[in-house]
Amino acid sequence: MRKLALNDEILLKIEKPARYIGNEVNSVMKDPEKVDIRFAMCFPDVYEIGMSHLGIQILYDMFNQWEDVWCERVYSPWVDLDKVMRERSIPLFALESQEPVKDFDFLGITLQYEMCYTNILQVLDLAGIPLKAADRSDADPIVIGGGPCAYNPEPLADFFDLFYIGEGETSYRRLLDLFKENKKNKGTRQDFLESAAQVGGIYVPSFYDAAYHADGTLAAFTPNNEHAPSTVNKQVVMDLDDTYYPKKPVVPFIKVTQDRVVLEIQRGCIRGCRFCQAGMLYRPTRERSAERLKEYAREMLRSTGHEEISLSSLSSSDYSCLRELVNFLIGEFKGKGINISLPSLRIDAFSLDVMERVQDVRKSSLTFAPEAGSQRMRNVINKGLTEEEILNGAGQAFEGGWNKVKLYFMLGLPTETEEDMKAIPELADRIARRYYEIPKEKRNGKCQITTSTSFFIPKPFTPFQWARMYSNDEYIARAATVKHAFHDQLNRKSLKYNWHDAEITVLEGVFARGDRRTGKVIEEAYRLGCIYDAWTEVFDYEKWLKAFENTGVDMAFYNERERGMDELFPWDFIDIGVTKEFLKREWQRAMEGKVTPNCREQCSGCGAAGFGGGVCFEGKN
Amino acid sequence: MKARIKFRKYGVMRFIGHLDVMRHFQKVMRRAQIPIAFTGGYSPHMIMSFAQPLGVGITSDGEYLDIELTEPIGSKQAAEQMNEVIAEGMEVVSFVYIPEEKKYSGMTITAAAEYRVSLLKSSRSAGKIKAVPASWKEAAERFLGQESIVVMKKTKRSEKKVDIRPFIYEIEAEDAGIRMFLAAGSENNLKPDLVMDEFLKFAGEDPDKVPVHIHRLDIFAKNDKIPAETEKTKEKGTGLVTLESLGTIRG
Ligand code: SF4
Repeated sequence: MRKLALNDEILLKIEKPARYIGNEVNSVMKDPEKVDIRFAMCFPDVYEIGMSHLGIQILYDMFNQWEDVWCERVYSPWVDLDKVMRERSIPLFALESQEPVKDFDFLGITLQYEMCYTNILQVLDLAGIPLKAADRSDADPIVIGGGPCAYNPEPLADFFDLFYIGEGETSYRRLLDLFKENKKNKGTRQDFLESAAQVGGIYVPSFYDAAYHADGTLAAFTPNNEHAPSTVNKQVVMDLDDTYYPKKPVVPFIKVTQDRVVLEIQRGCIRGCRFCQAGMLYRPTRERSAERLKEYAREMLRSTGHEEISLSSLSSSDYSCLRELVNFLIGEFKGKGINISLPSLRIDAFSLDVMERVQDVRKSSLTFAPEAGSQRMRNVINKGLTEEEILNGAGQAFEGGWNKVKLYFMLGLPTETEEDMKAIPELADRIARRYYEIPKEKRNGKCQITTSTSFFIPKPFTPFQWARMYSNDEYIARAATVKHAFHDQLNRKSLKYNWHDAEITVLEGVFARGDRRTGKVIEEAYRLGCIYDAWTEVFDYEKWLKAFENTGVDMAFYNERERGMDELFPWDFIDIGVTKEFLKREWQRAMEGKVTPNCREQCSGCGAAGFGGGVCFEGKN
Repeated sequence: MKARIKFRKYGVMRFIGHLDVMRHFQKVMRRAQIPIAFTGGYSPHMIMSFAQPLGVGITSDGEYLDIELTEPIGSKQAAEQMNEVIAEGMEVVSFVYIPEEKKYSGMTITAAAEYRVSLLKSSRSAGKIKAVPASWKEAAERFLGQESIVVMKKTKRSEKKVDIRPFIYEIEAEDAGIRMFLAAGSENNLKPDLVMDEFLKFAGEDPDKVPVHIHRLDIFAKNDKIPAETEKTKEKGTGLVTLESLGTIRG
C-alpha cells in the first residue's frame, strides 16, 4: 500500500488532507532505482492554486516523458500543516514518492507573482535546505527558479543557485545532461554551475557582481566567473505544434482553481499594451494550429474526465482560427455535457453569439477591461479599446438579454489626473444609460455594472519600467476620489465599485523592480513570520514594514522615483528579444499620448523578429 | 434504466471526503465512457446518487451509488472499464441493474449499515491493529442486553437525551474488531463512532485514549421492499439485505 509522509493523526486533524497524499489520477510514479535524476517541481502556494497552473503541468509532463528523470510535485503546506511540520520537525516532501525534497537532485520553483516570495523561503526552510545558495553543500538539491518573475530575479538572487529565463521546453534537457555528466565525473556543485552557466537561458546569480552609485542606483553588473556570459538570452519555443503538451494532466481529488482541461491556443500577444509585462516577455506571438488543439481537446477530455474545457491565451480574440476551434468544441462536446468556457474574448457579434450558445445569458456577465477611464489615458497605455466599441458591445449584449457587466480598470497610471480617475465612474454610468435606453418591457430588470480597480505596478521589460509609483496613502486617496465620483452618477444604484488593497501593491512594486539588496527584506519578513502574503487572511503588513525598517531598505527609492532614461536596471543583463530602445520609444510615445499599432497592423520593430518566426513573419513565407 | 454500483474505498483514499468521491466518480464515468444520463439545461449534470456518505478516515467494502443510463452496458464490462481508470484505493466490486421505481433507489431504502471498528496500536497509523481483549466478548453481549442506552446528542442549538439502543441491531466482539450492525439512512442514522464510545465506556475504557479505525462492511435495505426472486445474499436476522442484492447482473 501507498506510504504517506504524514501520519493519520496529522492528516485527520488538518484541513483538506487530500492536498498532501498524492495518488491523483495521471500523477506519475516511477521506480527511484531506475532514474538518474529526481526533480521536485514546486509552486510556492497552496495546492489548489499550484495545481491550476498550466506551465508546471507542461514541465511535469516533459520531464516524466524522459526515462531517466522522475519529476514530482511540491506545494506550500497550508498554515495549519506548516505549524505541525515545524513543531515535529517533519521535512517537506514531494507528493508522488512522499520522500523528503532535500534528497532530490533539483528543486525547481516557479515564480508567478511577487507575493509568493516568502513562501519560497518557507519551502526551503521546511525542506531543510539552507535559505542562501552560498550556504548549500554538494548534498543539497540545486535550487532553480523560472517563470515570469525570473525576468527580474535579483530580489531572489541570494536564494537560488540558478534561474531559467524563458520557456522551459528548450534548455532543460541540456541542463540535466550536464548534471548527469558532472555526477559521473564526480564534479562539485561549483563545477556543475559553471557548465550550466553556458546553457542558453541559464543565469547563475553567484557569478555576477552588482556595484552601485552613491545615489543608490545600479552602476555596473558584471560576471565574476569566466564561464558566465554578460547577457542571458530568453528561451522560446518557435513551433508550438512540435513541442511538449500535457495530454494526461494530473486530476486533483479536491476542487482546485482551474478544474478543467486547458488548451493553450497561443503564446504572446500582438496588442502591445504598455503596462503589460506578459505582452512584452512572450513576444513574438506564436499560434498553435487548430488541428493540433482539436486533437488535444479530445485526448485530454478523455484522459481526465473533466467536465469543462477552456482556452488559454493573453487575448483569445486575436487567435486566427478562433471561429473554427470554438465551433468545433461546441459541436463536438456541448452535447456530451461538457462546459465550454471562453475567457479573454473581446465583446463583439461573434463572441456574443458564442456565449449565448455556451452559457446561460441571465446568469453570466460581460467583461470589459478598458483599464483606463478616459480616451486620453487609454492612448497613453496603448489600450486600443474605444468608448464607442465598449458601448456598442454592451448595447448589443443588453439587447440579447444580458444585464450584468464587469469592468476592470487601473489607478495610478503614468500621467493620470483627477479627470482620468473620474472618467471611470462616468464610463460605467454611460454603460448603464445605454441599458436603460432599451424599452422597459424588453429589458431584463435592472442592470448591474460592477467596476473594479487595481493599482498599476510598473514591471520590468515594459515601456512603463521607468514610471514612478505612489505611496499607500496616495493610492487610497485615488480610490476614494473614484468612489466619491460614483456617488454623483445618475445610475449610481446600478453601479458597484470595488478596489484592491494598496498595501500589497506597494510591496509588489518594490520586488517587481527591486535589486539584490531587497532580498534581505524578504528574508527578514520571513523571519518575522510572514508567509502566504497573497492571502489577505494571513497577510500582515505591519511585519513587512518592520522588515523594511530592520534592514534599512527604503521603499520609496524603489517605488516613488521616476527612473532616468539612462539608468542601468538590475534586469538589463537579460535579453528578451525586445530591445530597450523600443521600450524607450514606447515610453516617449506614451508621454505624448500616441498609440502604436498592433503587430498585425504594422510591425513597430521591437526586436522580437530576431527569433525568426511567429507573427513577425506571418504571411511572409 | 438504472444501475447500482458497489465500490470499495481503502488505503489513502480514506482521506478523500464524500464530495470529492462524488467528483471522482463523475470523472470516472467520463473516462470509462459509461453511457450515463444527464439532466437538461445549460449546465447539465450526471444523474447519480450516493446511498450514504462516508466520513473522512473511514474505509469501506460496501459503498453504493445509483446511476441512470442512456443505453445498456454489460455488468462485467462496466466494472472493468471503471476499474481501469479509477484511483488506486477505490474499486468497483459490482455493477447491477435495479428496477426503475423510485422506491428502489439507494438513498430512500437504506436502513442499516454494518461496521468493523478495530483497535489501533496508535492513532498515528490505521494499519497497525491490536487484538480485541477476550473479556470484551461478554461485555458486548451485556452491552446489547441493556434495555436502553441513553446518550446526549448535541445539535447546533441544544443537547438532548436519546436512546440509541433500538438502533443497534447487533454488536459483537471479534478478534479483528468490534462488529456492529446499526440503523442507517434518512430516518434513524446511528454513527459507529458514537456507539463505539458508549461501548468503550461500558467496558471501562476512556474513549479518548483508545485509538480506533472504522471500516464499513456493507449497506442494507429492508427486506419487505424486495421482490422474492432477488433474495439471495446473506440475510440478517433483522430482515435486511445488502443493497447489491436488489439488482441483477446483465451480460
Ligand atoms: S518585431 Fe514587429 S511584429 Fe514582431 S513582435 Fe515586434 S513589433 Fe510585433
